[in-house]
Amino acid sequence: MKDFGYRVAVDVAGAVAAVAAEPGARFLGGGTNLVDLMRSGVEHPDTLVDITRLPLDAVDELPDGGLRIGALVRNSDLAAHPAVRRRYPVLAQAVLSGASGQLRNMATVGGNLLQRTRCAYFYDQATACNRREPGSGCGAIGGFTRTHAILGTSPSCLATHPSDMCVALAALDAVVEVESVRGTRRVPLLDLHRLPGDTPHQETVLEPDELVTAVELPAAEVAAVSRYRKVRDRASYAFALVSVAAGLVVRDGAVVAVRLALGGVATKPWRAVEAERVLTGAPATEDSFRAAADAELATAVVQEDNGFKVELARRTIVATLHRLATEGSAA
Amino acid sequence: MVEIRMRVNGAEVSAELEARVSLLDALRVRLGVTGPKKGCDQGACGACTVLVDGRRILSCLALAVQYDGSEVTTIEGVDHPLQAAFVRHDGFQCGYCTPGQICSAIGMLAEHAAGAPSAATEHVAGAPALTRTEIRERMSGNLCRCGAYNGIVAAIEEVAP
Ligand SMILES: Cc1cc2nc3c(=O)[nH]c(=O)nc-3n(C[C@H](O)[C@H](O)[C@H](O)COP(=O)(O)OP(=O)(O)OC[C@H]3O[C@@H](n4cnc5c(N)ncnc54)[C@H](O)[C@@H]3O)c2cc1C
Ligand code: SF4
Ligand code: FES
Ligand code: FES
Repeated sequence: MKDFGYRVAVDVAGAVAAVAAEPGARFLGGGTNLVDLMRSGVEHPDTLVDITRLPLDAVDELPDGGLRIGALVRNSDLAAHPAVRRRYPVLAQAVLSGASGQLRNMATVGGNLLQRTRCAYFYDQATACNRREPGSGCGAIGGFTRTHAILGTSPSCLATHPSDMCVALAALDAVVEVESVRGTRRVPLLDLHRLPGDTPHQETVLEPDELVTAVELPAAEVAAVSRYRKVRDRASYAFALVSVAAGLVVRDGAVVAVRLALGGVATKPWRAVEAERVLTGAPATEDSFRAAADAELATAVVQEDNGFKVELARRTIVATLHRLATEGSAA
Repeated sequence: MVEIRMRVNGAEVSAELEARVSLLDALRVRLGVTGPKKGCDQGACGACTVLVDGRRILSCLALAVQYDGSEVTTIEGVDHPLQAAFVRHDGFQCGYCTPGQICSAIGMLAEHAAGAPSAATEHVAGAPALTRTEIRERMSGNLCRCGAYNGIVAAIEEVAP
């Protein structure tokens, strides 16, 4: 790894000013993604501005009954927080399903949001990758695509967004608060990550000098009746092949509120808008769940090795909704 | 170069380091504390697990400079019933993963005692009992190439309250 400058930020103003002042400077959270990518030679910042001492590590109640999560809250503390476990169980489960106990103790909410893809060709500098090197081509196309996306892909990039936490946040209508030397703005989580299109290297709508300061979760009845289901190659400590974040409120046998988001299958945290449209007002039956899954997956584009994800996603969606309808919340 | 100070296994230490030096390399190469092992150097095996201010972390993905002012405990600083339990239950063969397993288990037991749920917890809002399934899930960040998992789980189960 090439050496770099290191600065500790003590306040938000200092942190954003330091990164704005130097084009090669980057924010450093827990380092579990950035340090790995630097060691692999994929990233090579000139300076790291350590933000882990900023006072952004609290989870606070919002007046409307929602929650405000500081960007420096560690993943393990987020998942262990009583209000998250009780009112947003899908988020606690999603975070707990990611990485390992040690990594969750290090990883921050901001870093989790902005972690980069685990596409093997993105890591391997001997192969082409439009995300790593714009215009160089895509090693995955015609390569080994078992872990790649079936939704939101483009001829330039097929890589999945790897975060479990973001799938839950997509289902919960989370809003990301961002600060820079130009001021503060709020970005809905669903608008934070971009589809790859023909510019897969532009992964989010954030400017390099924008600091994520918090994530807000609005209050919602459906959030409390929620679950996360992750399917992967081994029981634990692996990225998702398919994951489902879901919330479901049923009254008199009919769906009155539903939230559905998918991970492991899409190029960004994927809100299943089509499925929600089909389900809202429909009877809470397996037939409806299957119809909703089919509607969402109708636009799936499969590669040589990942066709199995369509059926796996369908079954995981149906199973997760069925469990919510019969057993209720994971809280 | 950045100057850092830490307490490592109870002793005050200081070092002048390049920012790129990991906590693992700082411990092993600069400070001669070789208990934490380098298995993968990419966060995937857990052999480098140490306790920082009582919490388990991976020292290979930690930049040492980020931990200036911290209290670091490695296997050299551990005196815990788990160590004898690992011997009794054959919780290892070659022993390479063991320093990480034991530091991880100590951190894990503290997390459980504080009421933290895991991915194996049926109802995340409740306080789960430390079943074998829970132990396996909570220890999944520590791989053992020798496959001593049954002994590792048995040792932790014996020591767990
Ligand atoms: C072996 C392994 C297995 C894993 N398995 C999973 C898994 O199953 N599921 C899963 O979801 N994740 C998994 N992860 C990824 C892990 O969740 C991320 O590495 C972690 O969440 C990143 O957080 P961090 O604070 O360490 O980020 P860092 O590495 O510090 O930063 C990541 C990026 O975000 C930027 N950044 C950080 N904080 C901010 C901020 N506040 N504002 C603006 N920019 C910021 C950094 O500049 C950098 O570009 C795994 C990681 C490893 C190493
Ligand atoms: S799928 Fe995307 S990240 Fe992977 S090699 Fe192709 S362009 Fe790069
Ligand atoms: S050496 Fe740190 S996790 Fe493998
Ligand atoms: S005892 Fe050999 S790797 Fe675990």
